[in-house]
Amino acid sequence: MALFSKKPQETARITYISDSGDSRAIDVPDGDSVMEGAIKNGIDGIVAECGGACMCATCHVYVDPAWLDKLPPMQNDEDAMLDSTASDRLPNSRLSCQLRVSKTLDGLIVRTPPTQQ
Amino acid sequence: MNAVVIAGAGQAGFQTAWTLRSRGFGGSITIIGDEPHLPYQRPPLSKEFLLGKMPVEKADLRPRAFYDQHRIDLKLGERVVAIDRANQKVKLGSGASIPYSKLVLATGARVRTIPLKGALYLRGRDDAERLKHALQQAKTVAIVGGGFIGLEVAATARTLGKTVTVCELQPRLLARAVGSEIASFLQQTHERNAVRIIFGESSPPAAEVTVVGIGVVPNDELARDAGLAVNNGIVADSRLRTSDENIYAVGDCANHEGRRLESVQNAADQGTVAAMNILDANTPYTTVPWFWTDQFDIKLQMAGLSDAADQAVMHGDPATRKFSVFYFREGRMIAADSVNRPRDHINVRKLLASTTPVTPGELDALFPL
Repeated sequence: MALFSKKPQETARITYISDSGDSRAIDVPDGDSVMEGAIKNGIDGIVAECGGACMCATCHVYVDPAWLDKLPPMQNDEDAMLDSTASDRLPNSRLSCQLRVSKTLDGLIVRTPPTQQ
Repeated sequence: MNAVVIAGAGQAGFQTAWTLRSRGFGGSITIIGDEPHLPYQRPPLSKEFLLGKMPVEKADLRPRAFYDQHRIDLKLGERVVAIDRANQKVKLGSGASIPYSKLVLATGARVRTIPLKGALYLRGRDDAERLKHALQQAKTVAIVGGGFIGLEVAATARTLGKTVTVCELQPRLLARAVGSEIASFLQQTHERNAVRIIFGESSPPAAEVTVVGIGVVPNDELARDAGLAVNNGIVADSRLRTSDENIYAVGDCANHEGRRLESVQNAADQGTVAAMNILDANTPYTTVPWFWTDQFDIKLQMAGLSDAADQAVMHGDPATRKFSVFYFREGRMIAADSVNRPRDHINVRKLLASTTPVTPGELDALFPL
């Protein structure tokens, strides 16, 4: 357990903007997902019913377009699941459980959709 | 009084509480859970957690501060021991008594056990920690039961380099959950990964660790003792109400219109609908069931319920390790199991929800290979 919890962690600052415009910046540890950063810090615009298994599309976010090409590439299951989001899928839609945080995402801005369910 | 009491701190109980609060419920919300832990998710316990890829705290559904922030009162390490329906109160093991205007039973299920000395089970977080610790010391693992839990533990133990044997009493794997095509594909996948599977056998060979995964029984005694209708779970109507209009039942413990399911989807979505009905939405629970399992390189995704099927159609070639089996009843699609074909899965969920009939002849057009 010490292996996981005691090690000093690098973080990346992720800004979550809600549908109503509230903005919160959170330092998310490297290796966590953008979804986990939200859940652990009470960002209510992300639900994550399946816990990150790419099964439910309730961690949908709109990624600030400036960051799109820095994100990990989209796999088939995420692409398929994004076709079932409760709010419209846009060209900058991603599932935040599939966005693993690393140094290259320091400064990332995501917006949560009007509804996830 | 405007107080909702939720008996059970699993996914269904959590989702009930959060739906109430996020949809504007202003009264008190109390979740009573018999484990000392914050509400957590179970699916990773047999997979990432057991593999050592994730610390157990990551399974928490929300951090403690979330509950304070949203005024959700957690009573952990406590159990409801009796329901006083006449006075609308629950009695706790500690002797305390809590009044409710609505009570939600989200008491879950517990593992079915057999008299096998030293056997381990996997249901809760403590079970998972015990099993993980035992696996660290062991080279040989025997598993009783070729269901989802047994097979996930088998795949994880094999990935960790253990010698693994699975005993299944039935002549095939997953007899209650998937069609024979998927069952034989999973069998081949396990055997290709050097898991030994013995059919028609329930006594496992000697091994350093023995895990039993032979299903669960619903925790419905509390409801039964209170005089609520119980039949393989707590009987719930289309609105998830029990035979007492002030008491709802959700998740693994609930027998909703004759069907009791054990899944995250069922637990979370029933929690949502029960909460909406407490808020007077009068909404029936009609969500299309879905489920998934990860074993080795296989992601199996299931949509709908296939047990009433009279026809199964293979779509795609199992040799490519990407295919779906579509299930029909009287010529109409009722379910599908997809292996590494996520788009088939999500499209089936949508089609079943829309009630658009799908016939076998339409598969090639709707699900291009």
